Amino acid sequence: MVVGELSEADADRIFHALADATRRDIIARVIRQEQSVSALARHYPMSLAAVQKHVAVLERAALVTKERHGREQLVAADVTALRRATRLLDAYEQLWRHRARGIEQILAEDQEGN
Amino acid sequence: MTVVSTHKDVQALTLTFVAEFAASVERVWQVWQDPRQLERWWGPPTWPATFEQHDFAVGGQSRYYMTGPEGEKAHGWWAITAIDAPNRLEFDDGFSDEDGEPVDTSDPIHLVVTIEAVDSRARMTTVATFTSAERMEQLLAMGMQEGMREAMGQIDALLADASH
Repeated sequence: MVVGELSEADADRIFHALADATRRDIIARVIRQEQSVSALARHYPMSLAAVQKHVAVLERAALVTKERHGREQLVAADVTALRRATRLLDAYEQLWRHRARGIEQILAEDQEGN
Repeated sequence: MTVVSTHKDVQALTLTFVAEFAASVERVWQVWQDPRQLERWWGPPTWPATFEQHDFAVGGQSRYYMTGPEGEKAHGWWAITAIDAPNRLEFDDGFSDEDGEPVDTSDPIHLVVTIEAVDSRARMTTVATFTSAERMEQLLAMGMQEGMREAMGQIDALLADASH
């Protein structure tokens, strides 16, 4: 399983990175299209330096990559890492959906018995 | 059954799962209390559970194992920390060794289950708290292939939408 390849430290960095609304929004934007840090910064009521810090947190979690293009730093999503991160909680949610379906089945048998 | 809502908090490592059933609160409580009913729904897909012990009282312990598709067994335990029948149940859930003895008593999943009547249906809210991301991965690495595929499909769709 790919999940098994994710170390605890990696997972903690990813969870920390995704815990912030601005960072989640940055990811949503760069999934659609890679963008420069200054273009990203225009979307948020904060300084360029603050946005750079958010991007750095995402970069440490390997959720985004940064590449120099001339004078610009372009930020792009690392799709593989994003899949790993969301998979953790998504898979647990799926387990509970599976369990609820199981409970539903047991309850349905009550009706048949009547 | 209707899944009312799910909420994932990646920072607190919690999943809140809310579902409603066309049954009474007491009836839904029974699927937790009766080990023969519990073991029919507790295990992940392709890993049915068998509860060998289920002492459904505050301070009570449960011992169970889940049998994988290759016949391999994964043992687990519960320690019940609070009960207010038929509305509230709190317990820790962890892994055990092959003899069924707890191996990770410091690192369980804590679950809080509340069942309440809403418009003559039973609403069940489960809040699961993981103590570490590693603990979550251990659970998910086991028998979660089906859930993984479903989740992967959703993410793929999201990424595909975003790229258009």
